[in-house]
Amino acid sequence: MSIAEPTIVHSAGQAAESMAAEQELAMEPVGRSVSAALSSRWGKVVVYILVFLWTIPTFGVFASSFRKEIDVKTTGWWQVFWKPHLTLSNYTSVLGSKNGGDNLGHFFFNSLRITIPAVLLSVGIAALAAYAFSWMEFKGREWLFVAVISMLVVPLQLALVPLSLLFTGGAHIGSIPIFPNFHLKNSVITIWVAHTCFGMPFCIFLLKNFVSSLPKELIEAARVDGAGHLTVFRKLVLPLSVPALASLGIFQFVFIWNDLLIGKVYGGSKNQPLIAKLVEVSGTRGQSWHLLTAAAFISMVLPLAVFFSLQKYFVRGLLAGAVKG
Amino acid sequence: MGELLTTLLSSLLALAALLVLLLGLYALMTFLPKKWGERGRIAVFLVPALFATLIGLLIPALRTIYVSVLSDPPKSKFIGLKNFGEIFSGRDTRLTVLTTLTWVAVGTVFTTIVALAIARFADGLRGEKVAKSLIFIPGAISLAGAGIIWRFVYAGPPFKVGLLNQVTKSVPGLPSSAGGSGDRLWLIERGLLGIKPPATAPGFNTFLLIVIFIWAQAGIATVIFSAAIKGVPESLIEAAKVDGATNRQAFYKVTLPYIRATIVTVMTLITIAGLKAYDIVAASTGGNFGTSTIANDFYNITFLQNRDSLGAAFAVVLFILVIPVVVVNRRSQRRAEELMGA
Repeated sequence: MSIAEPTIVHSAGQAAESMAAEQELAMEPVGRSVSAALSSRWGKVVVYILVFLWTIPTFGVFASSFRKEIDVKTTGWWQVFWKPHLTLSNYTSVLGSKNGGDNLGHFFFNSLRITIPAVLLSVGIAALAAYAFSWMEFKGREWLFVAVISMLVVPLQLALVPLSLLFTGGAHIGSIPIFPNFHLKNSVITIWVAHTCFGMPFCIFLLKNFVSSLPKELIEAARVDGAGHLTVFRKLVLPLSVPALASLGIFQFVFIWNDLLIGKVYGGSKNQPLIAKLVEVSGTRGQSWHLLTAAAFISMVLPLAVFFSLQKYFVRGLLAGAVKG
Repeated sequence: MGELLTTLLSSLLALAALLVLLLGLYALMTFLPKKWGERGRIAVFLVPALFATLIGLLIPALRTIYVSVLSDPPKSKFIGLKNFGEIFSGRDTRLTVLTTLTWVAVGTVFTTIVALAIARFADGLRGEKVAKSLIFIPGAISLAGAGIIWRFVYAGPPFKVGLLNQVTKSVPGLPSSAGGSGDRLWLIERGLLGIKPPATAPGFNTFLLIVIFIWAQAGIATVIFSAAIKGVPESLIEAAKVDGATNRQAFYKVTLPYIRATIVTVMTLITIAGLKAYDIVAASTGGNFGTSTIANDFYNITFLQNRDSLGAAFAVVLFILVIPVVVVNRRSQRRAEELMGA
């Protein structure tokens, strides 16, 4: 379940309820028996052990990233506790391009200029469609919605190559062109469009759930008062959907930032995102462990910051996509 | 910084242009007769999404399926199911399929167990939030990054201080074939403790990669399970306790059945992710040493060997494996809805 692998799921109502339930503290049962106390103590131990195991690998690389090359290669990172000779040199050498550095700074920017527009594009287009599927009357609406959502089952791999051919060669039946050749080899535009297309069923699914549950009276009253669709969308639906838009946006941000396959296939050596570059570097500099630590952390810093600062929205997006409603 | 600003600005400008185009089209609709104007407005809202789904998913998927029954370019002749025959008869490619199924089975079962255990035992614990956040961290990291983090755990000579080797070295009496001498190449060696898996079966190193997968997925599953467990009505648990149920019985007899649908959904998500396992493999072993998966072979065969049709067949196999998973999930959801009387 890399974060955005939704299945065809259900209304989001219960997700919100569960979130509300999470706010309340679980009540300690009154009059616990000795065995219950014992089992809960074992439970505690299990949790602590798992948390420890889960944290160690990341922490190890984090600590290593501030150690000198010789230290990283000869002593374990846990030595950092009693011999803390810290340095930023790993970071400075991978970020820049001096002395054969990997110029990760450039690829960090790449990831930004890939991710930000791709998020805006996918969420924006999906919001329009969610409104149409919820509040515009037309024949075959349900049918069309199901058709779009059913595309969730298509794995990325099935669509990857033909879409890239479309961008680099256009499409034609016989000799009649039906899609212009944009000659977009290894362009960030291709990556935006790819992420937008591949993420579309999920984005629509998530937003439609939310947008269609907005109060009907409100939308209809506005329509009766003569507001056009655009006005209703802009003045009512968008402001009311901010929580859902934020959740989806953050979710998409982390997902697109963390993507490897699309970036690797569509990016090319200069326009590839940071994660693709990281994997490339890990292949070519497999023995430069000290540099790899810093490179790995540079690729994680933004998703982690997003996760910690916007945890609430992030988790809400996750639940809306996955919790049975 | 200047580079970032100019590229970002030009990107945003491109998006703004798209927005203006849509607004312009929308405004034009007022000049059409009423009925057509309304249809046009619906189209402005809907067409971008439909277009994206069509050119990005539906048509490419159909084309890949079509390419999978052709021979590799430049000939591209119809050869029926020969590509699929090659996948299921070749020794290496058969191992690839088997490895992927192992990812799904082992990855799904263990992620679910770990996540349920944390969600259950952390429930109401002091520091529950912190514990869940720490478990979740790998979920915010890219799978490729996870692969690289774990390379430091599994590293062997010439890198002297791999974590796992340090741990196994300190276990007294552990034979060197299990890392007792602290110089095992964990990601490369396929056997363990004298057991040598045949070339047709996944080696121990594959299981080490699946550990990375479990590590990366468990946090997300925990968060979802945790929310579901907290959604179980307190009255149900209390009633079970009044009837004399222990905590343990209440969990297995009340909580688990109650959140069954959530468990199925999460297992579906992990199964699909396991089927598509690529990033972790690419970032750790590159699919060498008998660890390749369907998605990894798909990449290598399509983009490195340029055998488009065989690559397409791999993608189709992936698709065929995804479908039953989704169907089972849908069915179980529907049954749960019926049971709940919804």
